[in-house]
Amino acid sequence: MLRCEGLLKRFNVGTPDETMLFDGFDFEAEQGDFVSVIGSNGSGKTTLLNLICGSLPLDGGKITFGGRDITRMSEHKRAAMIGRVFQDPQKGTCANLTILENMALADNKKGLFGLTGAVNKKRIEYYRTLLEECGMGLENRMNTPAGSLSGGQRQALALVIANMTDIELLILDEHTAALDPKSSETVMRLTDKLVSGKKITTLMVTHNLRYALEYGNRLLMMHMGRSVMDLRGPEKKNAKIEDLLKTFNEISIECGN
Amino acid sequence: MDIKVLIDLIKVALENGFAYGVLALGVYITYSILDFPDLSVDGTVPLGATVSAVLILQGMNPWLSCLIAFLAGAAAGCVTGLLHVKLKIRPLLCGILVMTALLSINLVLMMKGTGGMSTAALYNSPTILKVFPVGLIPENVNGYKLRIVVVTLALAVICKLLLDGYLKTKSGLLLRAAGGNEQFVTMLARNPGVSKILGLAIGNGLAAFAGAILTQSKSSADLQMGQGMVVIGLASVIIGTSVFRGVRRMKDTTKVILGAVIYAACLQVALALGLPNSYLKLLQALLFVLALVSTDLLDGGLKKSANAKGGR
Ligand SMILES: Nc1ncnc2c1ncn2[C@@H]1O[C@H](COP(=O)(O)OP(=O)(O)O)[C@@H](O)[C@H]1O
Ligand SMILES: [Mg+2]
Repeated sequence: MLRCEGLLKRFNVGTPDETMLFDGFDFEAEQGDFVSVIGSNGSGKTTLLNLICGSLPLDGGKITFGGRDITRMSEHKRAAMIGRVFQDPQKGTCANLTILENMALADNKKGLFGLTGAVNKKRIEYYRTLLEECGMGLENRMNTPAGSLSGGQRQALALVIANMTDIELLILDEHTAALDPKSSETVMRLTDKLVSGKKITTLMVTHNLRYALEYGNRLLMMHMGRSVMDLRGPEKKNAKIEDLLKTFNEISIECGN
Repeated sequence: MDIKVLIDLIKVALENGFAYGVLALGVYITYSILDFPDLSVDGTVPLGATVSAVLILQGMNPWLSCLIAFLAGAAAGCVTGLLHVKLKIRPLLCGILVMTALLSINLVLMMKGTGGMSTAALYNSPTILKVFPVGLIPENVNGYKLRIVVVTLALAVICKLLLDGYLKTKSGLLLRAAGGNEQFVTMLARNPGVSKILGLAIGNGLAAFAGAILTQSKSSADLQMGQGMVVIGLASVIIGTSVFRGVRRMKDTTKVILGAVIYAACLQVALALGLPNSYLKLLQALLFVLALVSTDLLDGGLKKSANAKGGR
């Protein structure tokens, strides 16, 4: 499904600070995989997601998606098949537009952005049911600008928006990190509901080891641009927080709860 | 100041105010919606003026010349956008580049169109103020230039309504999203650069249209008219949105047109109080500073300041 082969990524090329983050990084995920990605700060998790989404250019290597070579495809073209929620709640929605307008735009992701009315009144009921599933009362605030929602509400909305059209890959980068424990828990449960409902291939970066173990069928641990642990199936199911900490005890990871 | 002077002031302010209002709508798109401080306006206003004046002198219908002026401004706006999106040049520099290039282009157009002169006189030519249907409106009533006010008001309102309508379409909503959150537009599988170019095209098209209206209402075009147009546009937007900030039901597009009228009135007051004409641009700049600072004071320093926005 998703294959990264021999990824090369350097930063600050041509300066004394030049660093090689990925030097031949390989990774592959099967259709329907839900991969939790953990690792210390600076281990390259966000960069990996940026390379997959095309937000950063590669210095070498190849990325294929569903058999198609997307190495040279622009970020917005790839986005047709990708849904993405960022750590920063500001990024996933448009603050100056209302919840309804945000959803209407997202609903049209596969359509044309022409001169027809932006909000289709017939779809509002459908949007409402999507929002009801978040359990945050957003369905009663559809004309509120997204910018006036709390972090947790915005992340839940961003998650719904990312999943509104049929996507093949969901990319979550510490999407619960900026939230209080309760909202974080809610957003995580919503994530699981959306992902397991549609069996979307998902990469989820998290600093919360409990989430990493509880959710998903695979666990990838990264360190300094390399994969140092890749657990699947029963191995992943039976893994304990202590095991993860032992493998990685020289690196400080914030332990969830 | 007696009431007659006041009425005179309002009268003169309205003569220019609504044409500036069209300009302000253009600047509203680039500055407020796209968050792009666009200096090309200083070049696209005289571009519109020159294009429409020259075409009228060649015998074109004045309304059609306005449309061509709009398209010429839109093309210049596309260039600003392409410089920014394709060559990654910063917004302020893109504006300076296009404005500078237009100095030559406007001069060449003017010289070619007038047979070597740097101004165009339309006193004996048809303008949008003289042809049908506007010709039916009395030109002066009790010494007030009713016709100019009615026509520019109507044009400003039409532009406002069209813009309001556009901003409710899918394309318009995407434009608003591109100004607020580029990454969001990218995740909608659209190139945010395209939206930016489109916004700059519409904004500069309106600026050029304003230039065409100004030039036809004065029946003359000169190449100096562009100086300070950015300031007029920005000040109108900032004055309008801050003076009427409390008015919930009023659309931003209405606010910026009223802002343009207020700004024109302020300039008239100063001139009426005896300010020599040569100090006009200085006054424009001072008024602009005042508008920016008062916005900050109203914001109480809490919100993202208009200063910071413009200084980027
Ligand atoms: N745009 C950039 N310029 C320079 N260095 C960068 C850039 N982005 C990431 N890096 C470097 O790459 C490393 C990995 O960063 P990142 O992928 O953000 O880590 P993580 O998400 O795992 O915390 C860090 O050492 C960081 O300094
Ligand atoms: Mg990160």
